[in-house]
Amino acid sequence: MTDLSDLAWTRSRHFRSAPIATTTVDATRWIGLTSALAAGRVTLLSLWAEAGGAALMALLDAPAHRVAVVRIEAHGGGFPSVGAHHAAAQRLERAMTDLYGLTPRGAIDTRPWLDHGRWGIAHPLGDAAAVPSDRPPYPFLPVQGESLHVVPVGPVHAGIIEPGHFRFTAQGETVVRLEERLGYVHKGIDGLMAGAELARGAEIAGRISGDSTVAYAWAFAQAAEAALSLTVPERAFGLRGLMAELERLANHLGDIGGICNDAAFAMMLAQTSILRETVLRAAKTAFGHRFMRDRIVPGGVSGDLDAQGEAAIRSLIQEIRDRFPAIVDLYDATASILDRTVSTGRVSADLVQAFGAGGYVGRASGRNFDTRRDLRYAPYDMLRLDVPVRVEGDVNARIWLRIREVEQCCSLITQMLNALSQGPVFADPGFPGAPREGLGLVEGFRGDVLCWLALDAEGRIRRCHMRDPSWFQWPLLEAAIEGNIIADFPLCNKSFNCSYSGHDL
Amino acid sequence: MELIENIVLQALQMLVVLTLAPGLTGLVRKIKARLTRRRGASVLQPYRDLARLMRKEVVLAENASWLFRVSPYMIFAATWVAAALVPTFAIGLHFSWTADLIAIVALLGSARFFIALAGMDVGTSFGGIGSSREMMIGTLAEPAMLLVAFSVALVAGSTELSNVVAFMASGDVGIRVSMGMALIALTIVAIAENARIPVDNPATHLELTMVHEAMVLEYSGRHLAMIELAASLKLLLYVALIGCVFVPWGIAPANAGLDGLIAGLLLFLAKLVALGFLLAVFETSIAKMRVFRVPDFLGVALMLGLLGTLLLFVSRSL
Repeated sequence: MTDLSDLAWTRSRHFRSAPIATTTVDATRWIGLTSALAAGRVTLLSLWAEAGGAALMALLDAPAHRVAVVRIEAHGGGFPSVGAHHAAAQRLERAMTDLYGLTPRGAIDTRPWLDHGRWGIAHPLGDAAAVPSDRPPYPFLPVQGESLHVVPVGPVHAGIIEPGHFRFTAQGETVVRLEERLGYVHKGIDGLMAGAELARGAEIAGRISGDSTVAYAWAFAQAAEAALSLTVPERAFGLRGLMAELERLANHLGDIGGICNDAAFAMMLAQTSILRETVLRAAKTAFGHRFMRDRIVPGGVSGDLDAQGEAAIRSLIQEIRDRFPAIVDLYDATASILDRTVSTGRVSADLVQAFGAGGYVGRASGRNFDTRRDLRYAPYDMLRLDVPVRVEGDVNARIWLRIREVEQCCSLITQMLNALSQGPVFADPGFPGAPREGLGLVEGFRGDVLCWLALDAEGRIRRCHMRDPSWFQWPLLEAAIEGNIIADFPLCNKSFNCSYSGHDL
Repeated sequence: MELIENIVLQALQMLVVLTLAPGLTGLVRKIKARLTRRRGASVLQPYRDLARLMRKEVVLAENASWLFRVSPYMIFAATWVAAALVPTFAIGLHFSWTADLIAIVALLGSARFFIALAGMDVGTSFGGIGSSREMMIGTLAEPAMLLVAFSVALVAGSTELSNVVAFMASGDVGIRVSMGMALIALTIVAIAENARIPVDNPATHLELTMVHEAMVLEYSGRHLAMIELAASLKLLLYVALIGCVFVPWGIAPANAGLDGLIAGLLLFLAKLVALGFLLAVFETSIAKMRVFRVPDFLGVALMLGLLGTLLLFVSRSL
């Protein structure tokens, strides 16, 4: 069994306040870590490439509350495939190949992922070779059997949602296999980040996935502050926490209604939409922007909270506490909606564990992990936080998890408001003076958002890797729908509510 | 002279159903919007939509056959004729002696046949899914509807709706268990046939969950207008059917004067509003059921229809 103790493990207190130490390993050691991942001894946090030709991997040792970053030089443009043994890494590896041209040796799935053959170049962030535009069509996984038929859906959908292609193979109404194809909203985030100033990087980070702009900006700020060993004023942490919880509230409320609406129960959506709108308006009053975009910057926050804003948040929490229980009762007392959600779209605890799926997807299937508690960061280290966990892993469990988290949000926001200290909210990040690397990990509403940031001596971004929680949730959606009927897919999909934009980068 | 009067009245009936049908759809949508605390579009919106669709050009798939182009008109024609046969404000109209309740079922069945074929014609996967689900619903809804027709016919002694309504309004009926069963069965059939919640969701954008909408996804312009209008007519037909058989009061009898006709028309409007309101409330308070639960739901209608019919036989032989 591979010895894991000599890796540079760090607990959250350390990696959040100081540059992250990276362990450089050789191929043998890398393969050993791969088998440790496959055996479930550690969890994969992310896998990414560097322009110079190196692969990096962030590992989580959840029981010990510590993380490690491992690096392997890609000699000859290749490195031993992680995905060959650990399925969670497959899509990340395919994206690395598409963007940086690194080859995972021994990989099972070598099809492109983000590259749809429309860029005109291959490996834009690697050797950037021009390629002819007439590539053969994307080979979907073959399906064989009697009376199977294929139902392709998307990438353009009838509703106002992001683009993604879903290919169902069905036998009658029963789904035999779902294959996803993503990458339609690739924006070239990694390329935009490279060489950008820190402030510009924060702006880009906040635009990677619009519904998680606070979480992204915070993860980026955390990574930058760790790289710069910057001390952020106490009050800024409190304000960041408030914003993150408001974002979580708005998204969870929207999702609870949205899932029910996909089963044609419009009443829930109507009620939760009103509450969601109230949250967004309170955010506008308190922080000057409905989605609180560009409010979190490396060094603190860009604007302070005044008394009027605080009052708006307090009255918002009161309103939610008054009205939310009736909405929950409506859900819980309507047999027809429960009939749709209970036992639909089950994800097994083993899969969730293997993929290290965060957020409500993981916690609804028994993975008791929350960055706010297990890899603590301010202001959550001073607050009382109960992490709800369920074991059923169905749509109903994911709804209930959101309901419980909405209640947690209200409690956290009240605690934060009461504990909010006075003082400055911003400290100038300054310049690193030497190349530095930092790691940020924030619990967004979907799960843990990771940011690994490498700065050069002038403080410009050498490489910024942001990993959306959806990377480890999208593959589980394929598993969740198996054996269900096609008509239940929207319900499963909405209960996952994965990000397209955050995933396609 | 009498013939001309009859033809005028029948024409009036056809015009009434045609003009009121989009209004009923708009009304149900409006009430649903108000129930979910939205302002909602105007009740007149379906008329505007139809006018817009009529002006728009038709986009046809390259492999669309003549069937695809003909179907909207067939569907519309069959549904319109069927709707014209159901007494709305008056009975004893010219057409009602030529076709009975079973003919109405057959006309709607033909419309379904064409829409299901059209759904599969272009070869998209959604159309196929929609057609297959529609036929599954149809194979259960049609027998249930026929059993309801038999129950009603056994009570009233006729399958002709004018006779049925005249008998129901006469007060000789009393309260019968069979009629209660028939009412529930007919309501279930009406919900399924009109693609309402909990069987189908007329407002959804989720292609994978659609039944009726999935079949007509490829339609545009005046073709879509025909289909939409036919769908509205079908809703009106079922509402009018429930109204005339189970709440027959106020329908103008044959040879009624002008004031009788006007009173019949006003009462018909009142019935439409009341039943439309009930439909909206029901749809708002329930979620859509799984596709494979629909047979259970329609099975209830089938069993109730059968029980109602059997009960009538049993009670008659005693």
